[in-house]
Amino acid sequence: MRIFDPHIHMTSRTTDDYRRMHAAGVRAVVEPSFWLGQPRTSVGSFTDYFDALLGWEPFRASQYGIAHHATIGLNPKEANDARCREVLDVLPRYLAKDRVVAVGELGYDSMTPEEDDVFAAQLALAAEHELPALVHTPHRDKLAGTRRTLDVVRESALEPSAVLVDHLNEVTVGVVAESGCWMGFSVYPDTKMDEGRMVEILRRYGLDRMIVNSAADWGNSDPLKTRRVAETMLAAGYTADDVDRVLWRNPVEFYGRSGRLELPDTEAPEGAQDHELVGAGATFMGNSVLRGARE
Amino acid sequence: MSPTTSTTTADALEQVRTDPGSIDRHFAAAARTAAREGLDGDATREALLLAVPGDTAYVIGVVRRLYDHGDAAERRAVLLALPALDALDRPAAIGDGALPIVRDALRTNDTRLVAAAVGPYAATHLDDDTWRQAVLKVLFTGVPVEQVAGLADRADDELARMVRDYAAEREAAGRVVPPDARTVLAVTEGRDPHTRPHRAH
Repeated sequence: MRIFDPHIHMTSRTTDDYRRMHAAGVRAVVEPSFWLGQPRTSVGSFTDYFDALLGWEPFRASQYGIAHHATIGLNPKEANDARCREVLDVLPRYLAKDRVVAVGELGYDSMTPEEDDVFAAQLALAAEHELPALVHTPHRDKLAGTRRTLDVVRESALEPSAVLVDHLNEVTVGVVAESGCWMGFSVYPDTKMDEGRMVEILRRYGLDRMIVNSAADWGNSDPLKTRRVAETMLAAGYTADDVDRVLWRNPVEFYGRSGRLELPDTEAPEGAQDHELVGAGATFMGNSVLRGARE
Repeated sequence: MSPTTSTTTADALEQVRTDPGSIDRHFAAAARTAAREGLDGDATREALLLAVPGDTAYVIGVVRRLYDHGDAAERRAVLLALPALDALDRPAAIGDGALPIVRDALRTNDTRLVAAAVGPYAATHLDDDTWRQAVLKVLFTGVPVEQVAGLADRADDELARMVRDYAAEREAAGRVVPPDARTVLAVTEGRDPHTRPHRAH
């Protein structure tokens, strides 16, 4: 089983996690830039962090046979601190980098006017740099925040298929399904979403545009939740090909829009459909498939 | 404005020749553009750097900025391009002006950067203490010692002592001494430490 975790904060995880993830089938990850628990107060803290996401962290991941990519952006929490606003000025430099596969995490935290401005400005940057956008939905006032998120996306230059709206649940999935955006789910030990509920949502809404992640970070989280969802899908009667679609081909299709994925040469499961995205060629959609990648 | 997927390597080189400030955006996208054209990313990045017009101080400024602003692959490409940028027949040869980025790379734990930092440029310009520490770091981090340029010319008695101590520490712990440590010791045997050549500038 091959797994692509499309949202995981590896900076906060140990090398033991990389080992366990590889053993569980994880071969590729996307690490969105976000806040670090402790608020930052200057642009320099951000550039050192972004540099780590494009330097040390991919190197560390490669030691354990995992391909690491990043999304870069000014997160909604820190968008509210005027001292961090200069981050917008350095973003174009980062959005030009290899392995930067989206702008993100963007979106709302407290739905302030500052968050409105920073969100819209970064969607414009995504369009300019030919990148998709990863959008976080707020923990508080979630449905209203999700609706407002979709309004801002509609007013942007990005088409809905270039936007992944994340951290959805039973209450917010419906409006995102109707919008044409991709639907992301963060499967956590206690909060947001669990694997049983996840499979119910897949049953109700189908597998199109569905993205499942562990969003593991410095909080109570589990980097193997993607694998647990795969097992729960199989136990519920989904096929190995269905699992491959949700946990590999869907995130590859979404982030592959960037043309900047660098994937290991993985094996599709028996009977896999849609060979275009199975990863058979040396390149597809402008992305690289690395032959002989370290296993 | 970033280069889009329609920008070619030839376009990028031409723009850098006439507008050297454009190298920042072309350098970041160079490996993707090169891959689409069947070219090598590192060679393309070296060509972009060699295309920068201007005097020595200006070229050094570009080299250091691209390294500081680069991701790991860009930083590695800058390090690999240093010998070409320092070629004696270049009017704006950089001399030892890029040593700060070599020292930065040697402080990292990324073996790709460490390996790229111990090339011919380091052999020519790095001071003895830093160079010896770099060789020891190569042994520690498992970078193949063949990556160290000028090893036979620069290895001296002090390096031999450091490597012998390293080997003794490994043996005391019951750990394997890497064969590369023996290689370094072998090249220092029977050598006169005072005949080490240094390039004049």
